[in-house]
Amino acid sequence: MAAVRGGFQRSKRLKLQVFRTVVLLAAGIFFLVPIGAMFEFSTRGVGDKPRTLEAWQSIGTYPDLVAAITASLELAAITTIVMLVLLAPTMVWVRLKLPGLSPIMEFVCLLPLTIPAIVLVVGLAPIYNWMGNNFSDSILTLSFAYVVLVLPYAYRSLEAGLAAIDVKTLSEAARSLGAGWLTVMWRIIVPNISSAILNSAFLSVALVLGEYTIANNLLYNNLQVEIAFLGRANAGVSIAVAVASLVFAFVILVLLSFFNRGRGRLQLADLQQVMRTERG
Amino acid sequence: MTIAGAPAVSTTAGRPLLGGRRLPLDWIGTVPFLAYVAVFLFLPTVIVLGGSVFDANGSLTLVNFSHLSRVYIVKATIQTIGLSAFTAVVGAILGALVAYAIAVGNPQGLLRRLTLSVSGVLAQFGGVTLAFAFIATIGPAGFVYLWLAQHHADIYARSTWLFELPGLALVYLYFQIPLMVLVFLPALDGIKPQWREATESLGGGTWHYWRYVAGPLLAPAFLGATLLLFANSFSAYATANALINQGQPVISQQINGALSGEVGSFEPGFAKAIAVEMVIIVTLVTVLYSLLQRRTSRWLQ
Amino acid sequence: MNVGSLSRRLGLAVVAVFVVAACGSSSNNTSASCSESTAKTATSAAACGGMDALVTAAKAEGKLNIIATPPDWANYGEAINGFKAKYGIDITSDNPNGSSQDEINAVTQLGTSSRAPDVLDMGKAVTLANVALYAPYKVATWGDILDSQKEPTGLWWQDYGGYMSIGYDSSKVPAITSVDDLLKPEFKGKVALNGNPKQANAALNGVMMASLAEGGTPDDISKGVDFFKRLKQAGNFIPVQATTATVKNGTTPVVFDWDYLSSSHGTDVPTWKIFEQSNAILGDYYNQAINKNAPHPAAARLWEEYLYSDTGQNDWLRGKARPVRMAAMIKAGTIDKTAAAALPAVNGTPVFLTDSQASNAKNFLTAHWDAAIS
Repeated sequence: MAAVRGGFQRSKRLKLQVFRTVVLLAAGIFFLVPIGAMFEFSTRGVGDKPRTLEAWQSIGTYPDLVAAITASLELAAITTIVMLVLLAPTMVWVRLKLPGLSPIMEFVCLLPLTIPAIVLVVGLAPIYNWMGNNFSDSILTLSFAYVVLVLPYAYRSLEAGLAAIDVKTLSEAARSLGAGWLTVMWRIIVPNISSAILNSAFLSVALVLGEYTIANNLLYNNLQVEIAFLGRANAGVSIAVAVASLVFAFVILVLLSFFNRGRGRLQLADLQQVMRTERG
Repeated sequence: MTIAGAPAVSTTAGRPLLGGRRLPLDWIGTVPFLAYVAVFLFLPTVIVLGGSVFDANGSLTLVNFSHLSRVYIVKATIQTIGLSAFTAVVGAILGALVAYAIAVGNPQGLLRRLTLSVSGVLAQFGGVTLAFAFIATIGPAGFVYLWLAQHHADIYARSTWLFELPGLALVYLYFQIPLMVLVFLPALDGIKPQWREATESLGGGTWHYWRYVAGPLLAPAFLGATLLLFANSFSAYATANALINQGQPVISQQINGALSGEVGSFEPGFAKAIAVEMVIIVTLVTVLYSLLQRRTSRWLQ
Repeated sequence: MNVGSLSRRLGLAVVAVFVVAACGSSSNNTSASCSESTAKTATSAAACGGMDALVTAAKAEGKLNIIATPPDWANYGEAINGFKAKYGIDITSDNPNGSSQDEINAVTQLGTSSRAPDVLDMGKAVTLANVALYAPYKVATWGDILDSQKEPTGLWWQDYGGYMSIGYDSSKVPAITSVDDLLKPEFKGKVALNGNPKQANAALNGVMMASLAEGGTPDDISKGVDFFKRLKQAGNFIPVQATTATVKNGTTPVVFDWDYLSSSHGTDVPTWKIFEQSNAILGDYYNQAINKNAPHPAAARLWEEYLYSDTGQNDWLRGKARPVRMAAMIKAGTIDKTAAAALPAVNGTPVFLTDSQASNAKNFLTAHWDAAIS
């Protein structure tokens, strides 16, 4: 019986492995081949000339690019942090205290995606004008708009994570042990939705690094605007710089992924630690 | 000890002292978010949507909405809804499969890290460059097309479908699938392996597991992600504009045409009216989605 | 007694003359004449105390905001670098891919912000529709510009232009000798427009040029729409946006575009050629204007002076565009002869659309283009 069960388990695991391999291989081909095609194009010479990395080498010669990269990285950091601080506690709060507000929140967090960026700029321009005249017109103010832009994606990711854990029981248990709300959020909830938080951070950073329309129409020079500028030099450079931007964003996200201590599951140790801290 | 018995959320209406005090306190928790959203989302939205009832001279009018019946607008609306629905559903299914392939793997592994990072990057990849990536691959001068043509398989024999809606749908999937992976994976991560074992020990097979255990748990997240994919595709502009610059089959291209350009096609009120139409459509789809949510949770119970 | 009062009055008159002369000469004193407020409303360099005063004021401002002015467009890059080197004024170039309407939107949306564009370079339709936003100014070489190419009070004036052409990669398609050649099977899936004719100037003129080539008149663009419909039905027309990358990679080896923009493809494709049909020489010029609320008014005016100096005009000429002062410069001998000789050959009478013809064309396209092309 055990042998049969063992065999059953083995064949199931085999089926799973085959499934994984097929799916990931197919996905890999579908997603990486076009990038490869772009890279191949960017190394083409002009006319009959041989292959060259000239387009890639010329990227380093543009001085404005560094300033644009710095600005975009700062924007990415600010946007992600503000978004997480604003959205995650609110979502937990709504889940616990105001469940009736949930559909409204869902809709509010979908609204930024229903209006195309070029139209949204028309509405944002007066606000940015007022901000520019009264506070600052630094490029970093773009993060206010970016937080709104990233809401749909972040909300969906965090919602998936929160739905997978029993927020109510966890928070009640922690509160009954004497934990304050901050401890509940930071020590109990956050470690359990770390995958969701990381994914929403990914989406946020990638969105900011890839955002073009709003920055461009408000006449700010972020990374993508600078890339559009560079891309006009010649065909090879336009594609090389786009691929470089993808690789750059990829590297940033891989680095970000190391922030995830990823326990992923509620450990008894979390609650015990809370007990110890609260009891002093 | 005294707190242990008291529920965290008050379920009874009416205890006047506590009930009356609790509601305002509860709302305070949402104030930061609502205040932020009021300034940076509601205000611009009102400015935009409100502008649709004004004409060029600033007087109130509904003429912008009457323009919505223009043939090319109606056609673009229907095509965009169809395109978005297709890429949302197909993207959701394929994305869920890829997410599952990652979720059953090592949660700390390199593969997961790399796949998620790539997904993050590609979910926000679009525009002229994405269009060119596909043009360079399966376009009329792309190496895959040329290789196939050499082997007597001309995929553009009837029409260059890459530059039509089918091609656009394929290109849209390129960012829809990674987006699905990112927003659906946390739900898959919440599935505990013990549940699978429990189902099996009770004699249930794969079908029972998915139908009665994992399915009901994942359905809300799956539907929600599909909705997101729909909205994402619906408002996408740059990729469609690069691939199908003539004919403007997608509604966001029509908006852009009314707000930008060189030849005096500037109709800001009309562009805002189209935006109102888009918001209404997505609202209707959201209502449909919440009805579906409720129905599904009842079916799967 | 009469002599005494007379001499006193004379003395007063002399003093008065001296005072007036002194006031007059102090207003010509360069240090105080071209301030921020005077630059804002100065309608010429002279009104701002002369070129030197303008230069000083511009240098004091230190910055210039331009928009939708990519360096590869009519060789603007050389003009930008030349201006920066000559005066040491920093230039911020925004929204390089922007359209004329985007420029106007930036002006209205940014209002009095210090990041608003100082100068604008736009197509005719948009220029005419937004006259209230400009500050009148006449460059020093104003007289060289024909009356038909400028607004009398200096609100806008033309800068450079070219003729609509069909650019093609001669290594991928056979030589083009007439617009009708494009209907042949050798051109299957190879012809593209630069932009959408309902919005883009180049594309609208492309359709109009085809219309003229098919025997139409400037008042009627329907023959052009019909031509493209046939082109689409033959499978020769592809709706993709033509970019330098699609040209180099061979996806769009035939593109309808302004000749000066089309020639820039020559850097990526050495075998790129330009064709202009002799009975369909359709030309158009772009227009310059200064933002009324320009954050750097002196620098804006100095930039215009630079563009309309011989150097600036020749910069555009080297970009294969025809500068508006070309005729006057040829007469004066200040034209860059090599650049002039390198211009694409034009052997016909150029046609320029009037405002109403352009507007009629746009209206016709808005109603019929999408249906014809899909």
